[in-house]
Amino acid sequence: MTQILVIFLGAIFVNNFVLSRFLGTCPFLGVSKKVETATGMGLAVTFVMTLASIMSYIVYDWILVPLEIEYLYTIAFILVIASLVQFVEMVIQKTSPTLYQALGVYLPLITTNCAVLGVAIINKNEGYNLIKSIFNGLGGALGFTLAIVLFAGIRERIEKNNILEAFKGFPIALITAGLMSIAFLGFQGLL
Amino acid sequence: MNIMTIVYSIASIGGLGLLFGIGLGYASKKFAVPVDPKVPLIRDVLPGANCGGCGYAGCDAFAKAVAEGDANPEGCPVGGIKVAQQVADILGLTVEEKDPTTAFVKCNGTCEHSQNHYKYYGIQDCNEAALLPGGGSKSCSYGCMGLGSCVKACPFDAIEIRNGVAVVIEEKCTSCGNCVEACPKGLIEIVPLKNKIRVACNSEDKGKEVRSNCEVGCIGCRMCVRTCEYDAIDFNNQLAHINYEKCTQCQACVEKCPTNAILGLQEVKVEEKAN
Repeated sequence: MTQILVIFLGAIFVNNFVLSRFLGTCPFLGVSKKVETATGMGLAVTFVMTLASIMSYIVYDWILVPLEIEYLYTIAFILVIASLVQFVEMVIQKTSPTLYQALGVYLPLITTNCAVLGVAIINKNEGYNLIKSIFNGLGGALGFTLAIVLFAGIRERIEKNNILEAFKGFPIALITAGLMSIAFLGFQGLL
Repeated sequence: MNIMTIVYSIASIGGLGLLFGIGLGYASKKFAVPVDPKVPLIRDVLPGANCGGCGYAGCDAFAKAVAEGDANPEGCPVGGIKVAQQVADILGLTVEEKDPTTAFVKCNGTCEHSQNHYKYYGIQDCNEAALLPGGGSKSCSYGCMGLGSCVKACPFDAIEIRNGVAVVIEEKCTSCGNCVEACPKGLIEIVPLKNKIRVACNSEDKGKEVRSNCEVGCIGCRMCVRTCEYDAIDFNNQLAHINYEKCTQCQACVEKCPTNAILGLQEVKVEEKAN
């Protein structure tokens, strides 16, 4: 139990996917102009990453390990995640138009996201069992959501300020992201 | 490396791929959402600016609403009559011609005409500044602060800050209404494009206060109401309002107005008169 809690909190704060592992930086910079869309993106990532943890665990432990072809994990994970996201998108579109409005537009963006592939590979490398994998995935995704929502909030405030012409837009966003990453370094001693 | 490894790799990855392929193929049939064929057609004739001026989330949402009959074909303020006509053609409807409109900033209190209570160094955004005492640094609490929230809100680059006051560039304005919502003072309104006689003041203060705050404010003297032969000027809350349907643009009120708060056919001339 303690171990799971450590993995969960560790994935959110200490090994934050964006700010200390530098995975999923593309949506972090791309979809963080407004808190609203950032939240939507964060929720979509949470959803997909948790599911991807489960699916990749099943494929790895039930198919690749028994057949002794573990070296194919990268391609197998990509295959699983891409089709999983496609499938989830279709199901959501059919069953819940409201949820599709909120999450659907972001789902295709996550299909080939490195954070999602990253969580599957980290689970495998650490040798986590199913429960630990799920919590690692969920924690990592919540960490991503936390980072992107905070970042979007800061960017909204920055937009309204007088910024040097040369720093407007992405440059100041990158500097902000770097500062946030340094701030998150403070969690390193937590566990 | 024995031969079985190769067979297993091909079989497992190939099998997974095939399985997912069939699964997705089946799912796309099973979970297919019927789309009205008119929606993409309507979407194509819309301007595609996604400004939200129609009140929907974007051009896609508007196209869907029109196809389902929830929205009016004339609902797109950007496309105007031309787009409305095309949309109506797709749906087999007819539309009436409507006069083009434009956004208008009801304030002419430029740096020369009005003063500031204090210097403002805060966040460069009207909605933030308006929360300060006195509704911002401008002496007139109704006036344009010129921090450019409407400029940022405009998807068409049709608003500029000139001399401390927002000015709509009418050639570019599509009257989508984004700026109307962005302005914390409610200074911007959508007016008919052809009506050039407009009251460029929004102050509901008493005449004496208006005078001390701004040289070109409406002081509530009612001179224009008395002058107008067509009963086209209403008066309430110490402020003149022009009824654009009745106004014949005779310019009588423009000449009579003691503070030049009413803009005439040639705004430039009014500026000169003020100087």
